[in-house]
Amino acid sequence: MSNTHSSAQAPRRPFARLMRGLARAGVSSPQKRVQFNRPLTPWLFLAPQLAVVVIFFYWPSVEAVLSSFYIEDPFGFGATFVGTENYTDALTNSRYQATAVFTAFFCVVVTALSLGIGLLLAVKADKVIRGAGPYKTVLISVYAIAPPVAGMIGMMIFDQHIGPMTDLFAFFGHDLRVGVNYWDTAIAVTTISVWKQIPYNFIFFLSGLQTVPVSVCEAALIDARSGWRRFRDIVMPLLAPTAFFLLIINITYAMFDTFAIFDVVVKDKPANNPMTLVYKVYLDGFKGNDIGGSSAQSVILMVVVAALTVVQFRFIERRVHYG
Amino acid sequence: MQRVKPFDHLVLILGALFMALPVIVAFMSSTHSAIEIHSSGLYLTPGDDAAQTYTKVLTARGGFTGDVTGLLMLGNSMIMGIGFAVGKIVLSMSAAYALVYFRFRFATLMFWAIFTTLLLPLEVRIMPSYQVMSTLGLLNSYTGLIVPLLASATGTFFFRQFFKSVPDELLEAARIDGAGPWKFFLDVLVPLSKTMMAAIFIIMFIYGWNQYLWPLIMTTDESFYTLMRGIKSILQVWVGSQIPDYNEAFALAVLAMIPPVIVVVVFQRMFIKGLTESDK
Repeated sequence: MSNTHSSAQAPRRPFARLMRGLARAGVSSPQKRVQFNRPLTPWLFLAPQLAVVVIFFYWPSVEAVLSSFYIEDPFGFGATFVGTENYTDALTNSRYQATAVFTAFFCVVVTALSLGIGLLLAVKADKVIRGAGPYKTVLISVYAIAPPVAGMIGMMIFDQHIGPMTDLFAFFGHDLRVGVNYWDTAIAVTTISVWKQIPYNFIFFLSGLQTVPVSVCEAALIDARSGWRRFRDIVMPLLAPTAFFLLIINITYAMFDTFAIFDVVVKDKPANNPMTLVYKVYLDGFKGNDIGGSSAQSVILMVVVAALTVVQFRFIERRVHYG
Repeated sequence: MQRVKPFDHLVLILGALFMALPVIVAFMSSTHSAIEIHSSGLYLTPGDDAAQTYTKVLTARGGFTGDVTGLLMLGNSMIMGIGFAVGKIVLSMSAAYALVYFRFRFATLMFWAIFTTLLLPLEVRIMPSYQVMSTLGLLNSYTGLIVPLLASATGTFFFRQFFKSVPDELLEAARIDGAGPWKFFLDVLVPLSKTMMAAIFIIMFIYGWNQYLWPLIMTTDESFYTLMRGIKSILQVWVGSQIPDYNEAFALAVLAMIPPVIVVVVFQRMFIKGLTESDK
């Protein structure tokens, strides 16, 4: 695929834009000058990956789309075609709408806080070049902790009997009841999710900061005495590509990877607790046995994620201009 | 160049404390008894029940079948982490090799077929994936735990980028010496990719080790439980118990964090390289 070809009519076709973005990102950049010319060997090398992709990606994805148009008998005696009923049911259901609103809110808060704190710490760690090692090690090691483990430790810290957080809130006159009160649970889950994601953002911001040339920093030091101004005018624009990239990653994190945190904190008692859309897919599918409804929700989520990924690739295209 | 201000260190210290305190609390509390924790809350200082608690968590049989121990779950998590990392490297290296170094029909189509998987995470197709696994009879097996997770092109993407940066002259030289595709792959590319493989291994090991949702729905047979799955079941037992086994839960959490944290800390440089270069 040549990338000069598609750019001519690109602006009007979103898919062409995506392809162009991918092309620029090096996905389909020019081929090797020399290649092997054998008809069979490449297929041998491709076969394992292709098999896994077809069986465990395409098959279930197609299955999800198909079953989203059916209502399955709860006892497994066949399914009835219902057209788009599952979709309209999901989208008009007030419980679903509330979950969607919460998911959006949750994404915004988790993304903003973990990006903000990650950036702040990265900037400071970048400044104290000597002695930054121990801080770095501490911050980075939390990356390795699994979300369910983070969820469990967090749950204990927010526990009603033994949790120090509950004591802290009580000190300020608030009776924290995580797992019972909707917003108290939301506070706990958000805090844990932010905590878990800070290291990731920190690592990327720090490696982004370290690519800012020393000469640029020195020149800036002469031009602007105020540290904030230097940060705003020099560092921020240079970090923008990293920040955009992280923005998408953080949104997908908040939507999907926090599953375990929710599952551990609410412990199968979703009654009056907040949850994300993907958690609802799981609950309706596995606990509620509503396969059609769950599939329709899956497909809706697929569209959202696919859109996010397209945005991400579009952005990678732009990132090239920053160098 | 720039003066170091105490304020910068203060911010870093606060940040590091915020990140580290929960881990310290988990570790310290795991060395106290459940009754101590129940009556006086979480601990920041070590207690003297560590040996007892950890021995119990590692060796005592629990669960419904009475067969599952901490050691068994540790072993399963290890299999999951290493199996996933190795599988990922093998699959994605060979696929990337085919895509970069061969001229063949449908190459572009294959490229798109593989890279479309980057669009959708496993979580959104979890229900149908489960049904496929049950049709194939792969529930409660290591194959079922590991192989479906390999259906994402992250590694392939990374190796493809790397192979493209390998100078063309190498292949030209190898061909002049009469090396075929297999020889070139095994004798030139694989040794050349060692650092990349190590970096990817670290990332993927942690990813595999930390899997939660997939083992949760895939394993009902307790002999396949991983530590993450064990965390879920220890919490389920809590419902209705007078004094929950806080200490054991903390000990399990500590066991589940130690291996990946050690890997990250020891191979910090390589880990950062792998992460920042593969995810872009």
